[in-house]
Amino acid sequence: MEEKKQQEDVLELGGHTFHSRFILGSGKYSLALIEAAVRDAGAEIVTCAVRRANTKEHENILDYIPKGVTLLPNTSGARTADEAVRIAHLARELGCGDFVKIEIMRDTKYLLPDNEATIRATETLAKEGFVVLPYMYPDLNAARDLVNAGAAAVMPLAAPIGSNKGLVTKEFIQILIDEIDLPIIIDAGIGSPAQACEAMQMGAAAIMANTALATAGDLPLMASAFKDAIAAGRKAYRAGLGRVLTRGAAASDPLTGFLRD
Amino acid sequence: MEKENHFFIDSDKLSAKALEKKHRLENDPSCRKDPMEYFPDMEQITSDVRGRVMTAMHAYAPEQYTAIDVRRALDHERVTIEDFKALLSPAAKPFLEEMAERAQRETSRHFGNTVYLFTPLYIANYCENYCVYCGFNCYNDIQRLQLSHDEIAHEMKVIADSGMEEILILTGESKAKSSVEYIGDACKLARKYFKNVGLEVYPMNVADYKYLHECGADYVTVFQETYDLKKYETLHLLGHKRVWPYRFEAQERALMGGMRGVGFSALLGLSDFRRDALATALHVYYLQRKYPQAEFSLSCPRLRPIINNEKINPLDVGEHELCQILCAYRLFLPYVGITVSSRESATFRNGIAKICATKISAGVSTGIGDHEEKYTGKHEEKTGDEQFEICDTRSIRSMYGDMEGEGLQPVLNDYLYV
Amino acid sequence: MVKVNGELVEAAGKNVAAYLAEAGYDSRAVAVEYNEVILPKADYEKTVLADGDALEIVCFMGGGR
Repeated sequence: MEEKKQQEDVLELGGHTFHSRFILGSGKYSLALIEAAVRDAGAEIVTCAVRRANTKEHENILDYIPKGVTLLPNTSGARTADEAVRIAHLARELGCGDFVKIEIMRDTKYLLPDNEATIRATETLAKEGFVVLPYMYPDLNAARDLVNAGAAAVMPLAAPIGSNKGLVTKEFIQILIDEIDLPIIIDAGIGSPAQACEAMQMGAAAIMANTALATAGDLPLMASAFKDAIAAGRKAYRAGLGRVLTRGAAASDPLTGFLRD
Repeated sequence: MEKENHFFIDSDKLSAKALEKKHRLENDPSCRKDPMEYFPDMEQITSDVRGRVMTAMHAYAPEQYTAIDVRRALDHERVTIEDFKALLSPAAKPFLEEMAERAQRETSRHFGNTVYLFTPLYIANYCENYCVYCGFNCYNDIQRLQLSHDEIAHEMKVIADSGMEEILILTGESKAKSSVEYIGDACKLARKYFKNVGLEVYPMNVADYKYLHECGADYVTVFQETYDLKKYETLHLLGHKRVWPYRFEAQERALMGGMRGVGFSALLGLSDFRRDALATALHVYYLQRKYPQAEFSLSCPRLRPIINNEKINPLDVGEHELCQILCAYRLFLPYVGITVSSRESATFRNGIAKICATKISAGVSTGIGDHEEKYTGKHEEKTGDEQFEICDTRSIRSMYGDMEGEGLQPVLNDYLYV
Repeated sequence: MVKVNGELVEAAGKNVAAYLAEAGYDSRAVAVEYNEVILPKADYEKTVLADGDALEIVCFMGGGR
């Protein structure tokens, strides 16, 4: 207990160390806002997608992301394990390191991840030396398989992507936090700083958010609010939450009255 | 209270040469084998569980915990490892009744109002080891016996006729006398008479466990005795059992061999019981994370007198301490079975079954081939001596009635062998 | 004809580096898959496109799900 306080509180992913616990998405808003968002979020990891290049726009997202920030390419668009592996290979060829966030959806309506395909892609890419962060539906058995497949963290969804509904899967995420020996990073569905804070209090290792910021009135200000909320939740978790009073019935006879010596 | 037990007993039937070897083993550590060194026939597996358990045990200082730590642990919805350490500490003693109340709630949440009954069957008491506290130890002058195929069948029939559906087969630890094939034969027989078959025999290799599983056994219990290696070395002076890490890894090998579940325990009274209890529970905790499909159970034996040494006792582990350990186990590992054996009194077992025990033995003999005599009063000519003196001698029938009288539902079998 | 990002274009006979430059891609910011195998940047010059070849040219973009 004491030693936890003395150690520096860092997030470790695949041998890399981070001080920020806020992973920023880069979708649904203009590249011009990314720099301010990253700065005000205090983010050290930013996700991005791999897409077909075109010849008309010459804006390169890499030019907008501050130096020292780790790029986390995702495999969005992949519908199978093979497609995710292919996208990961292209991302690595683009030359921004070995991180990859696996996203495999077979469903375009709800965008729920395919856990089974995700496990297979994780296994393949981990063997090839990628730092694999799989996005998944919070199922304990699947999470265990991801651990065995070599994932560097597990990224369960809190609610359907883009819904801003918060910790809809709270009970199941708590089980993952309790049972899995890897960082649990909450991905998808976190819609407000209060929800991010609650997830951190539960013991989540980090929060990934995108839509909550992209749809806010003032994006950099909301990024800053998330930063503070995540830090507060982390502190509360490390401090150990106080008790919640419960009304329990007292036994009429002591249960331990039979003990002799 | 004495600080240490006096274990060494000389028999006048030992030859001068045997006595000399015995004394040398007892008094000269340099003539004893390295307890970390495996015998050539012992399989070595790759596992990080032992390292994690031992690191935590060595770092544990029970006296550092205060009432504040215990209060915090009891206020948490889920008991962490740190909380568990507080609950095992001396600071938790004034909280025992509250721990028991909470343990009772956890037990009923996971197991309902039931208590499982089973009986152990010792089929041989030959032993190749010199474990100084055990009645079966190879220097102890006792009547040795190994039941034949037909004798095992006869004992099993007597027990099955009493209504028992689960059996635990035990032997002394001698692979030469009680081979894997011999134990396998007993398992095949047991499948005919019982629905569940457990084993408490010497640790063996994965292939052996796989074979015994095919013969019908699906639960393996191995007691580590003590997780304190330095102490272990002074208590297990001779034989395969002296190899401490091979014993530690027995449950994991059993799971690798396909067993459904595994049981654990330290023998309380051998070393610092708080540290041993911590290590035992963490042994379960880390293996559960690695083998989430498996079932786990904990036992809590305290030292008992043996034939030729009436003075052996559990030292500082009184009933209050035992109850504290068991409640802490229940709060930290709410899903784990807890077995309380006939080493404890009827009063203790009645009380603890209401708090946190989920499994108790009935109709127990730790001797060999004497069930018919004990169950029916019919004298049997050939019996082998007992491993330790039991305390609770109730038959299955009276145990069943007593448990019902305590408001519990006795259960004889709760799953299908597949 | 060569299939580039799903569209047929007249590019047979050109090497990949020349094609990327002519078409207006920033070769430092893209990765190229040549007939479904990743083409290292060092091979752009010596890889000559032929009829029936397929190129996927990708880059990082904001987004994801």
